[in-house]
Amino acid sequence: MGILEVKNVSKSFGGLKALRDVNLSVAEHSVHAIIGPNGAGKSTLLNVLVGKLVPDTGSVMFDGQSLLGRKPYEINQMGISRVFQTPEIFGDLTVIENVMIPCFAKRDGVFRMHAFETVENEAEIVAQAEAALADVGMLERRDMHAAALSRGDKRRLELAMCLVQEPRLLLLDEPTAGMARADTNRTIELLRQIHAKRDITMVIIEHDMHVVFSLAQRITVLAQGAPLVEDTPENIKGHPKVREAYLGEAA
Amino acid sequence: MLGLNRQDTALLIIVAVLTLLAPFILNPFPEGSGLATLNAGYPDLMQRFVIYGIFAIGFNILFGLTGYLSFGHAAFLGVGSYAAVWMFKLIGMQVIPAVLFSMAISAILALGIGYVSLRRSGIYFSILTLAFAQMCYNLAYSVLGNPNSRFNLTNGETGLQLTLDDPRILGVQRTPDGGIPVPNFFGIEMRDSYDLHLGDWVFTFSGGYYFAAAVMLIAFYIAIRIFRSPFGLMLRGVKSNQTRLYYTGINARPYTLAAFVISGTYAGLAGGLLACMDPLAGAERMQWTASGEVVLMTILGGAGTLIGPVLGAGFIKYFENIFSKINDNVLHGWFAFLPDGLEDFMVTLVHPFVGKGWHLTLGILFMLVVIFLPGGLVEGGQRILGLFRRRKAPPPGPDPEHHPKPTPHVAE
Repeated sequence: MGILEVKNVSKSFGGLKALRDVNLSVAEHSVHAIIGPNGAGKSTLLNVLVGKLVPDTGSVMFDGQSLLGRKPYEINQMGISRVFQTPEIFGDLTVIENVMIPCFAKRDGVFRMHAFETVENEAEIVAQAEAALADVGMLERRDMHAAALSRGDKRRLELAMCLVQEPRLLLLDEPTAGMARADTNRTIELLRQIHAKRDITMVIIEHDMHVVFSLAQRITVLAQGAPLVEDTPENIKGHPKVREAYLGEAA
Repeated sequence: MLGLNRQDTALLIIVAVLTLLAPFILNPFPEGSGLATLNAGYPDLMQRFVIYGIFAIGFNILFGLTGYLSFGHAAFLGVGSYAAVWMFKLIGMQVIPAVLFSMAISAILALGIGYVSLRRSGIYFSILTLAFAQMCYNLAYSVLGNPNSRFNLTNGETGLQLTLDDPRILGVQRTPDGGIPVPNFFGIEMRDSYDLHLGDWVFTFSGGYYFAAAVMLIAFYIAIRIFRSPFGLMLRGVKSNQTRLYYTGINARPYTLAAFVISGTYAGLAGGLLACMDPLAGAERMQWTASGEVVLMTILGGAGTLIGPVLGAGFIKYFENIFSKINDNVLHGWFAFLPDGLEDFMVTLVHPFVGKGWHLTLGILFMLVVIFLPGGLVEGGQRILGLFRRRKAPPPGPDPEHHPKPTPHVAE
């Protein structure tokens, strides 16, 4: 029994069946990749996991609790953090403030009227935020305006914002989209370190086979809204159906 | 000091000193001189500076921090005034209960309006608040103000006034000489004032002004605390990226609602103080132009900055009251030193921008500020300071490019 169990999930938009009978089981502490060609339903599946979309049928269980009908902030409070395809950060705030907000969210829940404390005096929160920034190698950018960061740094910042919450499940939506190969390799290395250090379960949605095969322990291939096959990277590489549906295009 | 860091403490002290010395600062020209028209140090105007300052400080907590542009804040101002006048009518002329009641009533109203309006954001939110404010205005102007009905809350067009028949159960119905009593703070009447003559100068110290100024300082202090708190950080997060907040485990709605109620309460407090200075309340205080005015004040001064809204409020009230008073006679006085033809020419040239044309000057100024100083007057001040600093001090570190200077949480 995995930490995340998706059972028979279907989702249609009008006549388009984006997901049909998707089953997925993610083992705790593993890195699980979901791959597939454009329009395969990867993003729809991710949006179902984070509560943005409600599936038409099926169930999504996280650690024995259903995620269906919960708001994104409730799902986050259960221990699921998400990295977006284009980094979603607080551009108007400084880097450290960006990381402090998720810290407060973790400590204080969805809402707390803490209007008479002072941010600067929250030593514990500051320390946690700095540690998370150090983990992604961004501590020296601490007081910069987040909007002024480079794209790669924005991604690392967003990763720090997720890590500081010590999530049980980290969802990564194309964490290397639009990156040069050198940056991609650095991101892979960073994610590998984080996984080794913190043992977080990760679900990666990715286009780049290089990333997937370097990180994942299990891979699910989606095609036209349905899981084609689920296996280890070694077996996926040689799988004829996968070659036909996906890798064939690239090769 | 008081839980503030050094920078904020300095700011608070500067503001406190300026408000305490305002009767001197605002009266730089001797009485009877040609420029005495520009003096703003009379109680009525000084009271308005600080009261509208409170209004703008509160508005800034909503607009400056969360980015939600309310176009209906005058409703809370007006309701605050009505509430205070009712307290004067029913309880007595003590200002404290009146002001507290104003705050309570406008907070409740803000809770209702905010709960509905905050379901939408952007322009839809603005329109919803505008609609609510216009509804409040019309309720006050006609529906709840029919003098012939038994349920006459606002006295319609005439406005709500004190009468000799008001019960005032904890105070006196009439003064010993048969007049209507004046609002007071433990005996200090709001209308009390003391004139200090120094040479040609006259400085007026008014009880009402100092009471309102003290309240403003408290309101300003609370605003600083909110700006620097985790709550304030969340509000800035709302403005910056609601999607991220949502996926970070935070529900933005209660935060924005709390900010809305706080700023509505500030507006109610300002309305209550207006009624304390002059105990009558009319529906025109709730008109949409009044809502627009506070938006102008905040943007002109610098939205999202601490001191900006106060500056903006002072600026606009100064123009409204001083520039509108400058008529052709005053202009002729100013340009009397010029030859006749030139004098008339100058007067004709300046005429459209003063007196009834003061809106024109304000409009041009507003345009210039928005175009060249998007951060408002505060940004202007910072740029001037920056020029001086660059000239004086060499760059601090060996490699200033590499270690970006810490940006303040909020620009001052």
